[in-house]
Amino acid sequence: MWKRLRDWIDQRFETGLLIDFLKKKKVPHGKGWFWYYFGGVALFLFVVQVISGILLLFYYKASADSAYESIRFIMSQVKFGWLVRSVHSWAGNLMVLAVFIHMFSVFFLRAYRKPREMTWISGVILLLLVMGFGFSGYLLPWNELSYFATKVGTDIIGVIPIVGKAMMTLLRGSEEVTGATLPRFYGIHVAMLPLIFTLVLTTHLIFIQVQGMSEPRGWETVPEEKKVHIPFFPNFVLRDLLLWLIVFNILAVLAVLFPWELGQKADLFSSAPAGIKPEWYFLFMFQALKYIPGTVLFIDGELLGILAFLIGGLFWLLIPFLDTTDDGTARARGIKLGGTFILLFIVVMTVLGFVV
Amino acid sequence: MAYPIVRYLIPPPIPEANISSIRVGSVGDFSPETGIIFQFGRIPGILIRLENGQFKAFSATCTHLSCIVQYRGDLNQIWCACHNGRFDLTGRNVAGPPPRPLEEYDVKLEGEEVWVTKRA
Repeated sequence: MWKRLRDWIDQRFETGLLIDFLKKKKVPHGKGWFWYYFGGVALFLFVVQVISGILLLFYYKASADSAYESIRFIMSQVKFGWLVRSVHSWAGNLMVLAVFIHMFSVFFLRAYRKPREMTWISGVILLLLVMGFGFSGYLLPWNELSYFATKVGTDIIGVIPIVGKAMMTLLRGSEEVTGATLPRFYGIHVAMLPLIFTLVLTTHLIFIQVQGMSEPRGWETVPEEKKVHIPFFPNFVLRDLLLWLIVFNILAVLAVLFPWELGQKADLFSSAPAGIKPEWYFLFMFQALKYIPGTVLFIDGELLGILAFLIGGLFWLLIPFLDTTDDGTARARGIKLGGTFILLFIVVMTVLGFVV
Repeated sequence: MAYPIVRYLIPPPIPEANISSIRVGSVGDFSPETGIIFQFGRIPGILIRLENGQFKAFSATCTHLSCIVQYRGDLNQIWCACHNGRFDLTGRNVAGPPPRPLEEYDVKLEGEEVWVTKRA
């Protein structure tokens, strides 16, 4: 029966080409091989997000009057509603973590170099989109924390010279974060970002398939016969699946033992609560902004902070075009030092954000 | 093609009554060394009753990144929980990242009623 089905499909879609491609596809297996799997982990978590997100849509109501209540309904009345929401929140966080690990491993393995510049660029765009998912989704429960996080986050956009204020109003749907903001964030979170993300992700994956995975550093001088590769199918795929299973178990444990809290409903006329913090992946920016004085040389401190982040982001995006020399050159060392500084800055500020 | 989409996304202005004065409560509602957030049209304000019984009112929107501030009796200051910004009881930014003072409002007592008025 399987043969008949395969023949039926093959006669129409020439699946032999795909099977041939999979048979021939090999993955380099050298120094740093473990880090190759985090892109797949991020992809797996994205699928979990899509499924759990669709399930949440069945009950969620995107208006200031009913958003909080609908989430409470999901968590308290709908069978396993608490689990679906918890999985969605935890998987989102794990996905950001996986993307960060994937990106920094690509950076330290220098896998972004020619001819993979566009793979890197599309990857950085995917990271920004993932953070956009986190930011837009955070407001949807319409609770106290999400309200102030959105207020601060959108105000940061408003600080950008010339276009900032217009972008902020466009995003908020009003001059302030109000009930008009919620449907916008909902639309961005469930329609706009998924569309853009799917397109960029497809492009990213096509680049990887066309160019193959980057070989480890130092392989340029290794003779072909001494390079170790493993078949993509089934060896690499099975390892991928095993790691996905482990991640799925971690996710299940987190979602069950630490169900995501709902907090207090947003009150547009109450003070920001003490100890307020954004999600961990925005914490480094949040914490850094605390240390910048109100004015630095006649420039608003917040503007200076935002400009520093924009410059850092631009440096990160353009790394493949800056790092074009071989290992060991002054430029290569400088780029590595810059990236290490960015990583340390993110880690230190995040830790300070949790403990201070 | 982009123009109608962008214009569609820009929210139309919502007409709003120009409120310049508001009754916040009665004198007896406020204990000394406490502060409350009140609604001044669409903007939050903060009314503080000082130790000597005098009232002070300001815009409650932090001049740093727009969080809503609160009165901290232990510091005798106005404090923003978001980035640890601090203002003294004249509204002046004295610590942390806020770049400007809070906008101050006038407080008038009419009998037992506390009225807050925006300055011209």
